Amino acid sequence: MRQIKVNTIINAVKDAAIQANYEKDEDMLAAFARGEQEEESPAGKEIFRQLLENARIASQERIPLCQDCGLAVIFAEVGQEIHFEGGGFAEAIQEGVRRGYIEGHLRKSVCHPLTRKNTGDNTPAIIHTDIVPGDRLHLTVVSKGGGSENGSKLFMLKPAEGLAGIKDKVVATVAEAGPNVCPPMILGVGIGGNFERSAILAKKALLRKVSDSHPDPELAALEKELLASVNDLGIGPSGLGGRITALGVKILMQPCHIASLPVAINIQCHSSRHVDVVL
Amino acid sequence: MNKKVKLTPPVTDDMVRDLLMGDQVLVNGVIYTARDAAHKRLLELLEAGQKLPVDFAGQILYYVGPSPARPGRVIGAAGPTTSTRMDVYTPTMLKLGLKAMIGKGKRSPEVIAALQEYTAVYLGATGGAGALISKCIKAAEVVAFPDLGPEAIHRLEVEDLPTIVINDCHGGDLYEVGRREFARVR
Repeated sequence: MRQIKVNTIINAVKDAAIQANYEKDEDMLAAFARGEQEEESPAGKEIFRQLLENARIASQERIPLCQDCGLAVIFAEVGQEIHFEGGGFAEAIQEGVRRGYIEGHLRKSVCHPLTRKNTGDNTPAIIHTDIVPGDRLHLTVVSKGGGSENGSKLFMLKPAEGLAGIKDKVVATVAEAGPNVCPPMILGVGIGGNFERSAILAKKALLRKVSDSHPDPELAALEKELLASVNDLGIGPSGLGGRITALGVKILMQPCHIASLPVAINIQCHSSRHVDVVL
Repeated sequence: MNKKVKLTPPVTDDMVRDLLMGDQVLVNGVIYTARDAAHKRLLELLEAGQKLPVDFAGQILYYVGPSPARPGRVIGAAGPTTSTRMDVYTPTMLKLGLKAMIGKGKRSPEVIAALQEYTAVYLGATGGAGALISKCIKAAEVVAFPDLGPEAIHRLEVEDLPTIVINDCHGGDLYEVGRREFARVR
């Protein structure tokens, strides 16, 4: 058994939450730079310019990239040969989020659903845990904004609706969300599983690099086709009209029940923030 | 042709009429912030016949919940939140004399009609540019509902805060026109 002290986890999550909110990753910066070159709409070009400038200011002057520092979502792959020492694993993650949002001067955006009273420390975070072979702990700390989450949707399609139904729902979801979700957006599409699994797949798909494509050639082609269809909507950066509404479409798929065709569409604004830590 | 203008409150009807969809507007001077929670309280005060903490006549309202200021700083990140969530409250605010709103995202048909009825304008700021916009804010203080934290009403002094006219008081809608210009049917 490998021992990991929960204090190590607390510090790792804290540092990752802070880094995610101040440092734009290279993958997204490259996508913005490409967008500034390729966008035909002058207003849209100006938005890409502003986003590059925003990232520079955030990093250099230590101002969060976005005032919505998000709900913290943590994907944890826990090696089954690890023994956690000194406290609970989930509580350590929550404590890391708490410290990161307080010490990092990040906005606390979590509240009671009905009274709307703020919990004050951005907890509880959402934690998805998988037990995997080995003795490593892989944490992905995501700061997910509320605006793009609000534009996200889940559909339980009839199997007869098939691929055409999936395409329709993706395009319709983006058309409805429009400028509200801070385009240029990234779309995570979860196909199959069941009701809740499709949503988790959609969120997990957003962890992929914006520049990559699916290893399965058929799904890679579908991603490309969906991206073209979404960009044909003309919504553009900030919704001001333009060629680039989405920077990428990312699909994750798994088998589902013979009666079902679940499809979840998780929208990610351009302020895509996630940091990986391997312990 | 779109123009670039500065806008400083108090905003008059004539100033609003002059602003057209697509115009770049640099907002200056004193503006106020409010999100859903603050709007809800304002309307509750109105219903109870009580005085509001701010006189909104001729003013500009910015839909923002800033991140906390670091010690020695004025404010944290301060980009716009989605305006759609305020739609239900907006016609009442316009009736009180509010002249301009800064946010991001679509407004309801009711709000778009109310902009024409009360001669007011909806300005878009770049969503997700919270650090960039923060640099335009020179002073900030909470003037009402401090218990709401980031959702409290703040009084901000701003310098050349960059916005664009989304919905003008003549029925112009930049989101619609912009989208149609670039939409492709294959």
